[in-house]
Amino acid sequence: MSRVLPQPLVSLMILALWIAIAPSPSLGQVVLGSVVALAIPWFTHPFWPDPPRLLRPGVAALLFLRVIWDIVVANVEVARLVLGPADRLHPVFIELPLEIDDPFVATILASIITLTPGTLSVDIDRARRVLLVHALDVADVPATIDTIKRRYEAPLKEIFGC
Amino acid sequence: MLSVALQVALGMVALAMALTVVRLVRGPTVADRILALDTLSINAIALLLLAGMLLQGAMLFEAALLIAMTGFVSTAALCRFLLRGDVIG
Amino acid sequence: MLIEIVASVLVLLGGAFTLVGSIGLVRLPDFFTRLHAPTKAATLGVGGIVAAGLVQSAAAGTMGLRELAIALFLFITAPVSAHLLSKAVLRHRDPPGS
Repeated sequence: MSRVLPQPLVSLMILALWIAIAPSPSLGQVVLGSVVALAIPWFTHPFWPDPPRLLRPGVAALLFLRVIWDIVVANVEVARLVLGPADRLHPVFIELPLEIDDPFVATILASIITLTPGTLSVDIDRARRVLLVHALDVADVPATIDTIKRRYEAPLKEIFGC
Repeated sequence: MLSVALQVALGMVALAMALTVVRLVRGPTVADRILALDTLSINAIALLLLAGMLLQGAMLFEAALLIAMTGFVSTAALCRFLLRGDVIG
Repeated sequence: MLIEIVASVLVLLGGAFTLVGSIGLVRLPDFFTRLHAPTKAATLGVGGIVAAGLVQSAAAGTMGLRELAIALFLFITAPVSAHLLSKAVLRHRDPPGS
């Protein structure tokens, strides 16, 4: 935004986190948190050449809730696989073609994939725009790719407009 | 009732830590050991949070936060060592 | 009473998922399958315990946001550690140039 406040959203999150962690919220903590919230984006700004803009906060909130729900469902699924017979697993590597160009948004997608249903982002090939995903137990590869693209990639494209 | 549940959960987490140490000792690769160490730090966080709820102590929260941060940084440093054979540089 | 039941169930679920994560770490056959268990089960294990703490402190009328900060931190760092580990293993297996 400006030179004083390069990333207002990051500053706001740091301030909120500072107040949450503080032993007891007081005016002193708010002042101290504000100093930190201003200083950190100022120092780290050069490492963020072009931070993407949050265009659709509503869709982002919806995606957040969906990911939380999927994490819970995925954990029950993974628990079943872990406790069941080991020879029943079908681990595969999947090459997921990426439509997202922005490195920051691609990182969010990779993190979501790692946290949800038996899948794990292993490597990203920026030149070929392919995300290498390892799946714990997948029988139908195209269906899994389709699910990931529909459930996570499409909303992310909408949120950041890329 | 909650204190009983907390104690049972503490037992489960302790067992989890013992199993993690099994993987840490057994390996076989360096990456397996790093993964076991990372899991051990997450288990330690769970243990400290449970103990904090049981004993009503705020100090344990700070310990959990510290382990969360050092655990992540050490995993990152060890992976970098595995990748480059060097942590800094 | 109801709050205590909910908190107890969440605590037990958290402990159980943590345990499942470590069982997976020991039982699963190779490195990449082993990588799945802790990154998910362990984070939800801590998540369940944190949720119980939130329920408890909400009932007591205090803000239990401090535990939430730990859960948030773990949910951000877990994919990064998993990615770093798998990347290290992949590079280790086939050295650059092959």
